[in-house]
Amino acid sequence: MSHVAVPKTYKLFVNGAFPRSESGRVYEVTTPKGVFLANAAKASRKDARDAIVAARAAVGGWAGATAYNRGQVLYRVAEVLEGRRAQFEDEIVRLEGVSAGAARAQVDEAIDRWVWYAGWTDKFAQVSGNANPVAGPYFNLSVPEPTGVVAVVAPQDSSLLGLVSAVAPALVAGNTVVVVASEAFPLSAITLAEVLATSDLPKGVVNVLTGSPAEIAPWLASHADVNALDLVGAAELEWIDLEIAAAETLKRVYPPESGPDAAAPSLARITAFTETKTVWHTKSLL
Amino acid sequence: MTIERAVSPAQRALAILGDDLTESTLKRYLDGIPGVDAVGLEQRAAALGTRSIKTTSKAWALDRIIELIDLTTLEGADTPGKVRSLVAKAVLPDPSDLSTPQVAAVCVYGDMVPYAVEALGAAHSAGTDEGINVAAVATAFPSGRASLAVKLADTADAVAAGADEIDMVIDRGAFLSGRYGRVFDEIVAVKEACRRDDGSFAHLKVILETGELNTYDNVRRASWLAILAGGDFIKTSTGKVAPAATLPVTLLMLEVVRDWHRLTGEQIGVKPAGGIRSSKDAIKYVVTVAETVGEEWLQPHLFRFGASSLLNDVLLQRQKMKTGHYSGADYVTID
Repeated sequence: MSHVAVPKTYKLFVNGAFPRSESGRVYEVTTPKGVFLANAAKASRKDARDAIVAARAAVGGWAGATAYNRGQVLYRVAEVLEGRRAQFEDEIVRLEGVSAGAARAQVDEAIDRWVWYAGWTDKFAQVSGNANPVAGPYFNLSVPEPTGVVAVVAPQDSSLLGLVSAVAPALVAGNTVVVVASEAFPLSAITLAEVLATSDLPKGVVNVLTGSPAEIAPWLASHADVNALDLVGAAELEWIDLEIAAAETLKRVYPPESGPDAAAPSLARITAFTETKTVWHTKSLL
Repeated sequence: MTIERAVSPAQRALAILGDDLTESTLKRYLDGIPGVDAVGLEQRAAALGTRSIKTTSKAWALDRIIELIDLTTLEGADTPGKVRSLVAKAVLPDPSDLSTPQVAAVCVYGDMVPYAVEALGAAHSAGTDEGINVAAVATAFPSGRASLAVKLADTADAVAAGADEIDMVIDRGAFLSGRYGRVFDEIVAVKEACRRDDGSFAHLKVILETGELNTYDNVRRASWLAILAGGDFIKTSTGKVAPAATLPVTLLMLEVVRDWHRLTGEQIGVKPAGGIRSSKDAIKYVVTVAETVGEEWLQPHLFRFGASSLLNDVLLQRQKMKTGHYSGADYVTID
């Protein structure tokens, strides 16, 4: 008997599960030449709302985990990513229409970048925190704390690398993420979600929505339970309006970037989604 | 066990069962009630839960839900301060929106009633139709495992302290072992203990603790029993036992209330309590009430939600409807 291929249903990734959009909508994902590849879920505002509820619930556990533990979990993600690289390369070739070599280079870069950020989890506080000199018998320490739920509009022109570049730094400090994947290249995002779901990352820490960023982003920007907004992939949207909506609830906003160096790895992407907590503590006087 | 014929609240039983009201006639009557079609009940409840309530209907429902809430704190760790903050929230649920209605009542343990009454001050209904009631759980809540004397003292104490409503628990052990007379007598006696000095009665809510009754048939029998014995309200659960309120159980109790109303013209209240945390769930109950006994029941003296975290979710939904964007937990109080 011959084998009948089982095509994959690409769904959302919310709260550690893979639901369809509550709206029931899907949209066609095609190759650059217009050949049908798959139907991807088209998330609605209610999916965004559910994702934020899940992300909020996950903040306590993820932010409360030790920095060392977060680093271990993120490194584990890189391990699993490595093990599934063939699937990513295949998807990138079909989605972006690039050569196998270019796809391999993108996956290499994505894994390297993920490992680079994983290493920062128990190190960035030493760099961006400080022991402040004060005139009195006190220790005065400034330490970076995660800001909470970060909503991300992922880079639109890249299927895997852009997504990794935007999601990984937000996770380092202990934030949880709701990310709107690239509208044209959503398949790698859902495959990455499968990696995250099997890598000890607690449910709700990363939630992946596919669909129209123009439709979903305004709801994320105005949502009062979102603490920060990463607009790295929002250059084509009315992102000034998003920034204005975000200002209503005093969100941290990271502006769009474009070009080949968009979302390049940097400490600034980690500290952008932290708040500085300064504590005074008495010195012992002998 | 004999049944006190002279006790006035047992009038209902006398009227239905006749003058020879004994444990055996009561048992025969309750055991003669037809069984529940469990599949049909759950299907009906599920169907009622699928109604789509939007825009103006939703706004109406949210406000009405707030007006029907018994804002509850029933923890071993309750303090006068906790009760005062609960009362503050009952009086002014959303300080950012003064059009928000007040809740129906605050529900506390008996020893916290004086603090609730004091904190309410002028906002206390104190026997009038305006303002917020104080409900007290009594009769060795939540287990009900105490002697009748202790249960009655518990009740009388709360009434004397100013409680407008008493939430009593039935003796589930006695009910499940078929001693309906004992359960009946206790409800009658507690009803009598709800009598105030001026002869009026505190409202009596009878908690069936449906999570411990095991079958829908038992819930139906217990509902009839509680109504016959003089309960003003029948309430699903203490909130301390899982499962607490469910939609099918509440639907079943509403059907008993509907049947009682057809039989006697008398209106009995229903209070689902425990486990109703979201506006979406609460709206399902509102739909069920309207479809089973009629919209007339959607009033504080005939329907209540026993809840604590539900209020915050309703406030978040109200804020969403008002501002057009989703609100967050930072914009309501931490309970």
